[in-house]
Amino acid sequence: MQLTLSVSLTHYLVLSAILFGIGLFGVLVKKNAISVLICIELMLNAVNINFIAISKYVTPGDFIGQIFAIFVITVAAAEVGIGLAIIIAIYRNRLSVNLDEFDWLKW
Amino acid sequence: MGLVDSINWMAVAFYVLAAHIVVSALLVVCVRNIVHSVLWLAVCFVAMAGLFLTLDADFLAAVQVMVYAGAVCIMVVFGIMLIRRSDMGHSNLFNGQTKIAGGVVALVIVLCGALSARTQWLLSPNEVPAETVDNIATLLLSKYVIPFEVAALLLLVALIGAIILAKEVTVDATDSER
Amino acid sequence: MVEFAMQHAWLVPLLPALSFVIIVLLTRPWQKLSALVSIACMVSSCVIATLAAYGIFTNHEFTEKPLVYAARWFSLGLPGAPDLVVNVGVQLDPTSAMMIFMVSLVASLIQIYSVGYMEGDPGFSVFFSYLSLFASSMLLLVISSNLLQMFVAWELVGLCSYLLIGFYTHKISAREAAKKAFVTCRVADFGLLLGLLSLQIVFGTLDMVELSEKIHHFQEYTTAGVLTLIAVLVFIGPIGKSGQFPLHVWLPDAMEGPTPVSALIHAATMVVAGVYLVGRTMFLFSQVPAAMELVAVTGAFTALFAASIALTQREIKRILAYSTVSQLGYMMLALGVGSLTASMFHLWTHAFFKALMFLGAGSVLHALHHKADVWEMGGLIKKMPVTGWTFVIGGLAIAGIPPFAGFWSKDEILSMAFNSGHYVLFAMGAITAFMTAFYMWRLIFLAFFGDEKPENHPHESPVFMTAPLVVLAFLATVGGLVGTPWTPWDINWANWIWFHEAHHAEPNYMVMLGSVILAGAGIFLAYQLYYVDKARAKAHALADKYRALHTLSYNKFYIDEIYLWFNHSIVDGAAKLFFLFDIYIVDGIIINGIAAVTRLFGEGARISQTGRLQNYALVFFLGVLAVAVILAFTNPSSAGLMLGGVK
Repeated sequence: MQLTLSVSLTHYLVLSAILFGIGLFGVLVKKNAISVLICIELMLNAVNINFIAISKYVTPGDFIGQIFAIFVITVAAAEVGIGLAIIIAIYRNRLSVNLDEFDWLKW
Repeated sequence: MGLVDSINWMAVAFYVLAAHIVVSALLVVCVRNIVHSVLWLAVCFVAMAGLFLTLDADFLAAVQVMVYAGAVCIMVVFGIMLIRRSDMGHSNLFNGQTKIAGGVVALVIVLCGALSARTQWLLSPNEVPAETVDNIATLLLSKYVIPFEVAALLLLVALIGAIILAKEVTVDATDSER
Repeated sequence: MVEFAMQHAWLVPLLPALSFVIIVLLTRPWQKLSALVSIACMVSSCVIATLAAYGIFTNHEFTEKPLVYAARWFSLGLPGAPDLVVNVGVQLDPTSAMMIFMVSLVASLIQIYSVGYMEGDPGFSVFFSYLSLFASSMLLLVISSNLLQMFVAWELVGLCSYLLIGFYTHKISAREAAKKAFVTCRVADFGLLLGLLSLQIVFGTLDMVELSEKIHHFQEYTTAGVLTLIAVLVFIGPIGKSGQFPLHVWLPDAMEGPTPVSALIHAATMVVAGVYLVGRTMFLFSQVPAAMELVAVTGAFTALFAASIALTQREIKRILAYSTVSQLGYMMLALGVGSLTASMFHLWTHAFFKALMFLGAGSVLHALHHKADVWEMGGLIKKMPVTGWTFVIGGLAIAGIPPFAGFWSKDEILSMAFNSGHYVLFAMGAITAFMTAFYMWRLIFLAFFGDEKPENHPHESPVFMTAPLVVLAFLATVGGLVGTPWTPWDINWANWIWFHEAHHAEPNYMVMLGSVILAGAGIFLAYQLYYVDKARAKAHALADKYRALHTLSYNKFYIDEIYLWFNHSIVDGAAKLFFLFDIYIVDGIIINGIAAVTRLFGEGARISQTGRLQNYALVFFLGVLAVAVILAFTNPSSAGLMLGGVK
């Protein structure tokens, strides 16, 4: 029995696309604001997979992709902090984190 | 022996980790309890750290575990506990646009996959150098020192901003709750 | 002094305008002060006008080349090379000099008269402010160097006429008359406006001097047919303003206004604006014989038509009003046969004797507490000698008895019509002269002679009113002497006011004798019917004998009724149709339809505005997808660059 398993850049990119898609789906359909925040983290991680995979396969000696991924992680951490603060502030005013009830953009 | 040798263990690791990532990500989106959702998120992040190891990014794998699986998940759970006090079973529901969003997302995945498959990458024959931490540290403190400092500043600003936003402002709160 | 007046002739219209502003803004509560301001400004204006006129008439070169002071009013188009330049200014030549002198003089006299006539009226100050505004507009009209400027003044006098006819706002008839006058004149002014716009389009200027030069070679600009059309359009304005048939209907009704207004606006000045305009644009009319014929025929017909109505009217001011229409017809006739001289001469003499008669009528009405029917008057001359005898002088002047003013001008017109070969028009003019003498003396015999009516308690009017009467009577007596065939050529009217060339009119004894005989016959007939025959039995018998004609004339040939019928049946019917069209087509389909469609789209777009962030994000990603697909699959090179990183 010959298993011809192999792995290439495309595999990582497709995995990243799937993860990005799942995250995007969550962003678009979840009612809970915190859940949306979590899904954004998933999308950012999908991007990180891309960066690192391409860094390995295309520019292995430069580490540009890895450094970018570090910055992405930094920004994501900051984003989670701010996002949670905003959600808490909104919750304090509205007693809700349900995005369906937040239609202030309408008027 | 032949069977074991012929197996590409890297590929196996990739497929196992990828399966973990995809399944746990799907569970993040699908479960109805938000705390469970965060738990699956942590699983997903840890699996991703493993994936980073297969990509020769050991430093990043460590960072991933510490920052994401540790800090971010804990912070999110704290946030949930601050705002949701009962009925966790229905804390993470869907809104009305799941079908059309599913369609769009499928298109996004297909498009990204098709494009990455179609593209002919200029693959490098070289391997990633073994001492990744040395190289990253040197680059961050020399060539990328300004973005590095800016990122630090960003974190500081985010810290202050989060404190201000989340601070209890009694007068405003009563005003707008009226 | 004369030099100053000529250079600053713009003061002539400005001073009354100033008094208008002063009265309206400051002195309205103090009646006497308002009158004083108004009269002071008017008399100063009259003095300047007199000096300017003197300057013009002592220097013959201005006859050939008018004295023009003009300034840029506005210009349109690119700066530096404007497409349209309109100047505003004053143009002094003998014609306009005569007019400013005449208008300011008559206006001054009538303002003085009004002090007596309007005494005790609550609107005393307002009345004087209106009179000032009118005088200002009228002077601006006659002095304009530009036809557009003239049109503005033309509309302003129309406005003043409206305000003053409806001055007694508590009287319904006055309000109706004011509206009638305004609307009728507006119909005519539309024609005039079209004419002026056509002139501007065709010749590119409305400046009178420039226009007269260009129209002299009009073939370079347009054809004779177009020019005829333009002339006819321009002539529609004077038809309305000067009460020519068929737009004369407003003028008799305009007598609802206070009598000084009738005298000033509807006899001496404003109504002759039409004649003056045609005289001013003689350079246009003289190029197109058809338009000249139209002017002449309109004038002659109006003269005869109005005189035949005046024969049977009973109200004193109404008789005078139809007489005015008739005399304006004379002036048009004179213009139509090509004699600016005769027309302006008659305008000049008519202003004096008709103002005199109107003021006399006002004096009578004042004495009889506004009892207007001449059949209810009688023997007034004994109680009101000044009014009576000055009225008689006016009657002699209008009838055409030498040496009074009207004789000379009417004779000039008749001989001009005769000499130019318009024998039919001449005959119409002659018949009109006979009728004029008859109806005017019928009025005089009925009102001033015969038995006194015991129910009337007339008294002579105050000196404010009689003094202008005397002055006007003097002018009505001697005013025509400047234009007789025997007047020395240097000061002769014909030497100053002419078109193309001055020509000395030889006395036409046949015409002269004929018109005197006709006038005498008219007066004699009136004398027989209304003076000798105290019971007026013959007059009644005559009226009975020709009952149909009498009724027709008494009812003004039913012109008003025809207009009313036309209005009710055709205009109102069309209006109903248009109303339905408006409601269902314009409002229903066009306006509300467009609004409904817009609303529909709005409602549709509103659905998409949910206010929910995730909906927007979804649409946003759809857009991103679309862009990515387009870039990836339509333009391989750039798509490869952007999405794959591969060259």
